[in-house]
Amino acid sequence: MAKEFWRWKEYNWKDDSINWQNGSIITAGVDVGSVSSQAVVLVDGELFAFSNMRTGSNSPMSAQNAMNWALENTGMTLQNIHYTVGTGYGRVNVPFANKTITEIACHARGANKMYGSSIRTLLDMGGQDCKAISCDEKGKVTNFLMNDKCAAGTGRGMEVFADLLSLPIEEIGDLSFQIEVEPEPVSSTCVIFAKSEATGLLRAGWPKNKVLAAYSSAMAHRVVSLLERIEIKEDFAITGGIAKNSGVVKRLEKELGIKALKTTYDTQIAGAFGAALFAKALVEKERK
Amino acid sequence: MIANYGYKDGSGDFFISIDTEKCNGCGDCLPVCPANVLEIRENEFDPMAEDLMAAVKDEHRKKIKYSCAPCKGEGRLLPCIAACELNAIAHSW
Repeated sequence: MAKEFWRWKEYNWKDDSINWQNGSIITAGVDVGSVSSQAVVLVDGELFAFSNMRTGSNSPMSAQNAMNWALENTGMTLQNIHYTVGTGYGRVNVPFANKTITEIACHARGANKMYGSSIRTLLDMGGQDCKAISCDEKGKVTNFLMNDKCAAGTGRGMEVFADLLSLPIEEIGDLSFQIEVEPEPVSSTCVIFAKSEATGLLRAGWPKNKVLAAYSSAMAHRVVSLLERIEIKEDFAITGGIAKNSGVVKRLEKELGIKALKTTYDTQIAGAFGAALFAKALVEKERK
Repeated sequence: MIANYGYKDGSGDFFISIDTEKCNGCGDCLPVCPANVLEIRENEFDPMAEDLMAAVKDEHRKKIKYSCAPCKGEGRLLPCIAACELNAIAHSW
């Protein structure tokens, strides 16, 4: 079988220092995205466990699989969770969710926790869409726009390029800097046309890394124009899978003239994290 | 909150913005739209509140350039904008 260069690592994680049995509110957030799904479990608002995996062709199964994987070896079962919020593209397909909330609200809420309350502008570069969000100190959305009409500026676009160039997706960020001079960005916005353009550049003798650099800067340029519409205020952060791609992040920072905040959390769990935080707030509201 | 519904593509920026600070969910903008682009729904971006707001229907979100085209013309006031006494609606193009 041919190597799947686009395939990123799926994994789960748990915090062994938390004894969930002592927690008073246990909530979960499940973000079924178009490319990846995450389940996050919080104990009294603190991250206890999560999983991050690919969304299969069956959304309800993806939600279930992500949840089962997050709970693996924790001793916790679905019955122990007081409230679950589903979010993301496939949020209506989370069979065990008590409520669904749009991923825009969840990302803002999650980023507020992951990056701190100073965050004002958030860029979520997801698998199949790209969202520019302004938020206040409470993580409440004040302005947003979403591009889900075209694959430019999305993880899926990057997957296409990893495959075309036969370079592992987790390495292409750094590889795009192993070049002599920064090339002009590819001129096509559309991923399909950009791929055709890149094929032409390869044929013209461009090294792979240089093609990658040209595509990464085109992607950065594309999302900057989305961000400009909502006005960029600091602090600024990026969530989603592309936040892990230094090739896009650094070029984006350069074009904006500002640095994106860093986090120790996985940038892909922002949506599910926010959903679980909303779940906690909803439980507290109910218990009052 | 400003909710921007629409998209950006090679031919331009096409967004309808709803200012939820101004919009009270009265629905006066709905019947005047010949293409039925707008609807009233819960403010889904603030899950803890329970207020209503005007929003662009999902089926129009990715084609509003075309849905709104019949109303667009040089210097013409758009019916949805004219119907909104609270000035909550704006078009980017």
